[in-house]
Amino acid sequence: MFESLSTRVQDVFKSLRGEVRLTPEQVEEALREIRLALLEADVNFKVVKAFVDRVRDRAMDQTVLRSLTPGQQVIKIVRDELLALFGDAEGGLTKSAPVPRVILLLGLQGSGKTTTAAKLGMWLARQGRHPLMVSTDVRRPAAIEQLSVLGDKADVRVFTPDTMDPVARAGGALAEARAKGFDTVLVDTAGRLHIDDDLMTELQAIKDAVQPADLLYVADAMTGQDAIKSAGEFNRRVGVTGVVLTKLDGDARGGAALSVVSVVGVPIAFIGSGERLEDLELFHPDRIVSRMLGMGDMLSLIEKAEQAIDKDEAEQLEEKLRKNEFTLDDFRTQLKTIRRMGPLESVLGMIPGLGGLKQLADNKPDENQMGRVEAIISSMTPAERRNHTIINGSRRKRIAAGSGTSVEEINRLLKQFTEMRRVLQMIGQGGMPGMGGGLKIPKMPQKALGAPSGKRRKKGGPWGLIKTR
Amino acid sequence: MGFFERLRDGLSRTKQQILGRFDEIVEQAGAGPAAGRPIAVETVEALEELLISADVGVDATERIVGRVLERAGRGDSLRDLVKSEIRTIFEAVEPVPPANGHSPHVTLIVGVNGTGKTTTIGKLANLFKASGKQPLVCAADTFRAAAVEQLEIWARRADVDIVRARDGADPASVVYDAIQSGRARGCDPILVDTAGRLHTRANLMSELDKIRRVAARAAESAPHEVLLVLDATVGQNGLAQAREFTSVAGVTGIVLTKLDGTAKGGIAVAIAHDLKLPIRYVGVGEGIDDLVPFSAQEYVDALFQDKW
Repeated sequence: MFESLSTRVQDVFKSLRGEVRLTPEQVEEALREIRLALLEADVNFKVVKAFVDRVRDRAMDQTVLRSLTPGQQVIKIVRDELLALFGDAEGGLTKSAPVPRVILLLGLQGSGKTTTAAKLGMWLARQGRHPLMVSTDVRRPAAIEQLSVLGDKADVRVFTPDTMDPVARAGGALAEARAKGFDTVLVDTAGRLHIDDDLMTELQAIKDAVQPADLLYVADAMTGQDAIKSAGEFNRRVGVTGVVLTKLDGDARGGAALSVVSVVGVPIAFIGSGERLEDLELFHPDRIVSRMLGMGDMLSLIEKAEQAIDKDEAEQLEEKLRKNEFTLDDFRTQLKTIRRMGPLESVLGMIPGLGGLKQLADNKPDENQMGRVEAIISSMTPAERRNHTIINGSRRKRIAAGSGTSVEEINRLLKQFTEMRRVLQMIGQGGMPGMGGGLKIPKMPQKALGAPSGKRRKKGGPWGLIKTR
Repeated sequence: MGFFERLRDGLSRTKQQILGRFDEIVEQAGAGPAAGRPIAVETVEALEELLISADVGVDATERIVGRVLERAGRGDSLRDLVKSEIRTIFEAVEPVPPANGHSPHVTLIVGVNGTGKTTTIGKLANLFKASGKQPLVCAADTFRAAAVEQLEIWARRADVDIVRARDGADPASVVYDAIQSGRARGCDPILVDTAGRLHTRANLMSELDKIRRVAARAAESAPHEVLLVLDATVGQNGLAQAREFTSVAGVTGIVLTKLDGTAKGGIAVAIAHDLKLPIRYVGVGEGIDDLVPFSAQEYVDALFQDKW
């Protein structure tokens, strides 16, 4: 599949090791790789062209060419320039708005407007606001009902007037909000093509009726080169204050986001990162840049872990680590947690430095092996799981028979487990020992975590186990 | 409206852009690539950009342009060369297996979220009904809120039977019921709507595998057809989607939706080239009649025809 941009550029420079300087030709070769990678990430080709020119100017600088690590320098330039394109616009809603604030969601069919409306409703409620939602989608079958169902799930009120006139529905919701004291009105609209004149006129009428402070254009992260055409047209006809980028939980690189930001000039406000209603986050440029570059997405990994790991469970585990009470039972729970995070390969792929699966090919984590370990532990008695030291020869034979494995495998597991306990205990006590293998977990700035409860993952989470496996 | 008019109607905007740019390119290259004269670098670049901007993708673009260059300068116009190259790609796909007498014929509709699966089922049901068949639609999207209701409305519009389950039910069991019930009622074909799922979600993908297995228990060698619905606006990720869905759900064909916008759905060319998957239908509007069987010949002709 996609080779990460960083790997590609590193490959170009790898052959040059030992040479004192880079030649402009070599830089050109690297630029070509960058160009291809960006195009594969669906960045608009005009944007790519201008971008590569800018990177070329900076990369041809003598200090880069003579640098000891020219490859990394070039990647850093790419990263900086990408971040610069996104600007320092913070995600989220516009800063000030009259009360009640009106948020209008617009976009093409199937981009995820209705789901985003419900997610945003929930997000606002968590911020202490009182949102009221209304659907003006009288075209798509069951769209109004969909918002009502989602509103129930998100525990956000949905205004359901009898009128089937989109403008009247939106206006009615605003009046309802004023009367009942809701401070935010979320208006979901029908998906429409930007070239559909009638529907664009309807959208303008809705806008005129409710005077939204935020006009959020909902865009599918998997959109290709057409992104700027549609976003640009929505912006021209109705005006857009921010973009919500949806379905970013797949493997789309989201290059369309860059196109929209740099060509249409509209900042990204939120990103949708999953199917649950909680899966809406403020946008952070650095994260999408890392993703586009294929440099690993540590934050997504942390989030995945947070989703998979029960907070209380994690705290109990830490307590156990400190007291050196980590048992085989806990080990099994940890294994299950890791598997809950998705296929092991994709989880590992998010770790910076382990980026390309290419390098992992020889050393593929074996999911079957994890299954066998689970089977072994499940074949033990509760007493054995609590205290592995009582597992003697005859118990090992029984466990091997029960789990369909061999005594050798039991021996290996117990040995590994003992070793792991030792290491985990050290981690639990704060000292991060050299775990070898270059699995470095960078320290993440607190604010980058985004989630309101963005508690930093403490050491002793599943990381240690991934490594030991 | 016949096939050609409808496709033409849906594609007119697409065509104008491709064709408009194409004429520009040829003009820039002088009077067109005369025999024996090498093609200017600018022309090649412009050609690449043209294909890239249609989402054809880097690899497929390089291959198409490469082959066009090999054959250029022998008197054919650049446009004819590109056209024939794209047509060759579409022609090289796996042929659509003939309806092999399975009754009921079970078709599974799969895809990521928001590509237009439910709408496509509605239109497909209408298409079969119009051709004198008695289709049955099965609402196996038990995940998305109101997805079942949406399909019910489409079923009513197309005047076909529907088998539904309550939200949250096991989709495989709904499929099983639908096949049994379809057989009892004498309905054929059976069109199964599944929940949208990202191809990277292993557990959701394995649900498709389960649906397949359960379907095979209800009817011999079912599903007989698996259609992947792709949004024409999709970029290079479409290839990853096609790959994953094919490996897990055994996709046999593509439905390209929303081709009435400005997006060109060029990823279909890359998919046809890399995975040899045929495009079966094209969605060109929101109306129930706005789904047409795909014809590679006419599609490429329509894209590059001189005059309407």
